[in-house]
Amino acid sequence: MSNEINVPTMASLFAEGKQPEVLFWVGCAGSFDDRAKKITKAFVKILNKANVNFAVLGTEESCTGDPAKRSGNEFLFQMQAVTNIEVLNAYDVKKVVTACPHCFNTLKNEYPSLGGSYEVVHHTQFLKQLLEEGRITMEGGKFKGKRITFHDPCYLGRANDVYEAPRELIRKLDAELVEMKSCKTRGLCCGAGGAQMFKEPEKGAKDINIERTEQALETQPDIIAAGCPFCNTMMTDGVKNKEKEASIAVMDIAELIASADDL
Amino acid sequence: MQYISQILFTLILIAGIGYFASNVKKLFRNISLGKDLDISDNKPQRWKNMAKIALGQSKMVVRPIAGFLHIIVYVGFIIINIEVLEIVIDGVFGTHRIGLQVLNASVYGFLIGSFEVLALLVLVAVIAFWIRRNVIKIKRFLSAEMTGWPKSDGNIILYFEVVLMCLFLVMNATDTTFQNLGSGNVISQFIAPLFDGMSEGSLHMIERTAWWIHIIGILVFLNYLYFSKHLHILLAFPNTYYGKLRPKGQFLNNEAVTKEVKLMMDPSADPFAAPAEDAPVPEKFGASDVTDLSWVQLLNAYTCTECGRCTSECPANITGKKLSPRKIMMDTRDRLVEVGKNIDANKGTFVPDGKQLLGDYISNEELWACTSCNACVEACPVSIDPLSIIMDMRQYLVMEQSAAPSDLNNMMGNIENNGAPWPFNQQDRLNWANES
Repeated sequence: MSNEINVPTMASLFAEGKQPEVLFWVGCAGSFDDRAKKITKAFVKILNKANVNFAVLGTEESCTGDPAKRSGNEFLFQMQAVTNIEVLNAYDVKKVVTACPHCFNTLKNEYPSLGGSYEVVHHTQFLKQLLEEGRITMEGGKFKGKRITFHDPCYLGRANDVYEAPRELIRKLDAELVEMKSCKTRGLCCGAGGAQMFKEPEKGAKDINIERTEQALETQPDIIAAGCPFCNTMMTDGVKNKEKEASIAVMDIAELIASADDL
Repeated sequence: MQYISQILFTLILIAGIGYFASNVKKLFRNISLGKDLDISDNKPQRWKNMAKIALGQSKMVVRPIAGFLHIIVYVGFIIINIEVLEIVIDGVFGTHRIGLQVLNASVYGFLIGSFEVLALLVLVAVIAFWIRRNVIKIKRFLSAEMTGWPKSDGNIILYFEVVLMCLFLVMNATDTTFQNLGSGNVISQFIAPLFDGMSEGSLHMIERTAWWIHIIGILVFLNYLYFSKHLHILLAFPNTYYGKLRPKGQFLNNEAVTKEVKLMMDPSADPFAAPAEDAPVPEKFGASDVTDLSWVQLLNAYTCTECGRCTSECPANITGKKLSPRKIMMDTRDRLVEVGKNIDANKGTFVPDGKQLLGDYISNEELWACTSCNACVEACPVSIDPLSIIMDMRQYLVMEQSAAPSDLNNMMGNIENNGAPWPFNQQDRLNWANES
């Protein structure tokens, strides 16, 4: 695996008078969380290999405000939103790709009425498009015959009706896609949404991520695939709780593709 | 004598419909206690949704058994009600089976025959529903909020339907002229032998009694709706029409907050300016009572038929937390009814009763258990959005009361200070690119 990655920033391109075809919105988890940073890098490696002309905001990026809004702090959310929109509009951003469904949902749906309208896609949609355009190829050898189950992130699936892009990518890996008993429109939350990621759960009989992990384990998977850094954390914790981490990996779709290509 | 029964019938009819109408007026009044919300957009899509979801029952069949049984009762209910038209005309004008005089016997026989078959199917389905509730005890009918009145309500509706269907069949079975017609008595011909050997007079008595109790029963049932979860048979239609068309993940941006934010971001605004004399009182952020919710959310509450599909899909509820989206809707309706009664008792104005939706009905613990995953919204067969109420109430808790759990306060403090929910410096945002 090579560690050389090329990550241009909007500021540096702007200084050269250039405009990238797409802005990669990394998100807070993708920037700071050790596990999610690996997803970020895997995605960048694919972008580099496909020669996608992209850039990141780097230190000019700030939280979209999603966890603040879902917590009820509309004020903080809108402050974050208008500040981000000012930056995005100053760079005349047209298209945004992000590996976080929460950023995806907020940028796509909740920024327009505050003055920020962009074409926003989730990285699985973007990767699927790259594949269709022949800009990346996928060798399935490594995952051939492996049982992979996909956990639908709520903010990608139910929230925005994106169910097929991640599944098509898994099928392209020659893997055996196995569905959990609750999937797609009826997919069970990992337990992190609505700002639950940042607090202790309320009193109950069980943690939500354990319930979801049990559903995933019923499919006897080799890999649990995710499309959200928060789901990834929750499912990873669930698998550890069940002491299955030696035999079952929790991986983002971008990581699957990057590792299939030995990136 | 003939006229007396006609007059009596007409009076009962007027009283039944009149009382219902006066309650419908109250229903409208209560719903309009909600905040204004403009939903005049996208009419073609809205009509389509109503046709598909309410009329076409598209979301009911997601659960095939309950969905199939429900469609039988629903279709039966609508079609058998055509028969009520004949009953009303007969009652007012003193005719008997007016249909036979205007239609030819085979057409009439076909219609009544279909009603009889449907009545039998409805009976079977309703008994199956009763068994699901009371014998099999399906989990979603036994949650904490489904005790007392809500539990009885569910059963009373089923008893009503059983009695009405039986009366319809008995009425046909004991109508000798109809039985002699030999057309349309598809089911009732098998009930008729039960009355063999009775005199014509007693048969007539039974037929008349069944006829009268049937129509009075229908009027009582109509008036029962206002007090019952069964109101969904009417409100499912407007509710699916006004249902959310935006992507489910898109929560409305609070305009009252946008005003404040714009003011803060406006470099020319004078931060020390006193508000103008006639400036309106700043709007309250979020919702602590039903009047802070939108009229659509209140319509949602009246539409809920407490089926519990939302709760049975809710990740918080599944894992034993206190939150139940169904309870959120039931609480909202209960409180709204209470506010409505208060207004009625005080000559049209609400006199503060020291209660509100938040705290007296819905606890903070329930609100904080939500993951905003939209499973409840997706599960609802009539386009109710419990999540929007939860989010509005969280807004009140955070922006008016600063009552967020301390972990969330830390998270929000981090976003405010360094633009991320964790305490990392914004200047380190790109460090990942250089780490191996």
